Amino acid sequence: MPMVPKRLKPYAMIAPALAVFSLFYLYPIGYMIHLSFHEWNFISPEKTYVGLGNYREMLADDVFLQVLRNSALYTVMTVLLATGTALPLALWLNRKSGFHAFVQGAIFSPHIISLVSVSLLWSWLMDPEYGLLNGLLHWFGIGPLKWLNDPGTALLSLVIVAVWKNLGYNTIVFIAGLQSIPPELLEAAALDRSKPWTTFRRIILPMLSPTLFFLVIINLIGSFQVFETIAIMTQGGPVHSTNTLVYYIYEYGFRYFKIGHASAAGVILLVIVGTLTLGYFRLLSRRVHYYG
Amino acid sequence: MARIDLIDVVKQFKGETVIPKLNLTIREGSFTVLVGPSGCGKTTTLRMIAGLERQTSGDILIDGACVNDVEPGKRDVAMVFQNYALYPNMTVRENIEFGLKNRGVPRRDRERLVRDICEIVDLTPYLDKKPQSLSGGQRQRVALARAMVKHPKVFILDEPLSNLDAKLRVHMRTELIELHRRLGATFVYVTHDQTEAMSMGDRIVVMHRGEIMQAAAPMELYDDPDNLFTARFIGTPPMNVLPMNLLPNLGTEGGGRAEYVGFRPEHARLLPGSADPPSDGLAIAGSIITRESLGAEHVYQLRTTAGTCFVKQFLRPYAGGDFATAVVPHDRLYFFDGEGRRLRNLRAASRPEPAAAGVR
Repeated sequence: MPMVPKRLKPYAMIAPALAVFSLFYLYPIGYMIHLSFHEWNFISPEKTYVGLGNYREMLADDVFLQVLRNSALYTVMTVLLATGTALPLALWLNRKSGFHAFVQGAIFSPHIISLVSVSLLWSWLMDPEYGLLNGLLHWFGIGPLKWLNDPGTALLSLVIVAVWKNLGYNTIVFIAGLQSIPPELLEAAALDRSKPWTTFRRIILPMLSPTLFFLVIINLIGSFQVFETIAIMTQGGPVHSTNTLVYYIYEYGFRYFKIGHASAAGVILLVIVGTLTLGYFRLLSRRVHYYG
Repeated sequence: MARIDLIDVVKQFKGETVIPKLNLTIREGSFTVLVGPSGCGKTTTLRMIAGLERQTSGDILIDGACVNDVEPGKRDVAMVFQNYALYPNMTVRENIEFGLKNRGVPRRDRERLVRDICEIVDLTPYLDKKPQSLSGGQRQRVALARAMVKHPKVFILDEPLSNLDAKLRVHMRTELIELHRRLGATFVYVTHDQTEAMSMGDRIVVMHRGEIMQAAAPMELYDDPDNLFTARFIGTPPMNVLPMNLLPNLGTEGGGRAEYVGFRPEHARLLPGSADPPSDGLAIAGSIITRESLGAEHVYQLRTTAGTCFVKQFLRPYAGGDFATAVVPHDRLYFFDGEGRRLRNLRAASRPEPAAAGVR
């Protein structure tokens, strides 16, 4: 490109990618923000401008506040459990043997099953009357649980499904992270008379921080956007106990056809996930260690 | 200070024998260098002494006590790794302190020890920096400080200079020698670089395919090699080795049948092809194919009917033409049998050339 001035060259180079990005990401986001200030039913040619009306209405809605609480609770529990159990599992599985390879494969397999199948499978497992889980609990003398049918346990049941589904992926990524730790660091620690717990806390964990950071972000965003399991297993019930942001958006958009309201909720989701990601990056950029 | 004994040590990896049977004594307070080509088992030997690798059979003794079942941290051994293996998330101070903390050394003593060590290795201004922001040489010093601060009986160094540039490497060599003198501890040092081995070690162990070819002082290795491998491994350029059957005018006296004869490039002298060679030496005629001048020394590669050999001349370069004769005094010749073993009882004797027999 002899005609393009040097200063503009980088922009020219990224223009195609930028165009695609704008068309499929920036434009829809902008349009969503635009819609959130209007009232529209998807069909009518008229969009009525209502200003912050949708936001005001939403924040006054008890259900929406519960939805926010549910989303937060679901996300915190899923992220903590899915990464918190994956790490010890990875530490245990990080060795070469046929048995360990088998367990690795087994716990990874849920990751490749479609969420619809997973939802149906767990609906059956958690069935209060015919489900396998209650049968198992009965053995230990624990009375039948209502799982998805009880507002007190429904959200936790969905968390269990999400943890089961994500655990394998998280474990594999942790194992990859563990294997990228230079072995001589651990040898140096052994020569420094470091006890296993000290080695874990002072060497393994810091070296694993980029991996941990990545997994927390991925799980966080994924959990905030949970939809399939809820749509199939609970439809947000009972009594909104499993209604979360994305499901809420779906209901308003495609059931009640209140696009403005749904868009306003979408903007809230965008702000929350965006803030979390940004905040996390800020917080951890100082505490993540890269070797080299 | 400690003496290390390896007794009948065998090491196998996945059914493959890396070290068939090793017997070695490392004298207390010595600077012992294990040297050999890659894959010769020198690093494995080192790691077994440190306890990072367990021998398949045999015993390892440190100061007479068997350490087979002693974990690395309790062997009183400190190691400097090839890539330093500094903890990247810790500052220089924390890196050095880590071993002391794990030993339960009180804070005040730790501070004093770290301060003293850092003065020795010039690290004081960098105490609160992370390893990433240090240069290769500084990282090397941190690794040394981390090893030294524990006051170990044995220092183990695994090619510690190979990641440094040439100039720094030479500088660090002298520093390590100095350090060894100051600490008086036993140093076990692994390298594949024979120059490094020769310049640093007071005792050199030449290894090849898991076996010790020769263990001796540097000059002893150079002057009196036990076998072809050692002869060719030590020295730059290496010892010239020619088959006896291509040198019809060289005879031997004494026991044994020599298959190979060797001589150091610096023991040969180049004479112009037209000159008369002296009778008390081996004369090999050939043509010079390369001339390398390094200032104080000049290296020539000579192609002869018996093979290619190097000749090193000092100070004054050879001024003659491309056709030249390399002359080696008879007492500078080394004889080896078919297996590469040195034949020490053989002496060279001139044998009149068949064609000239009876004329003189």
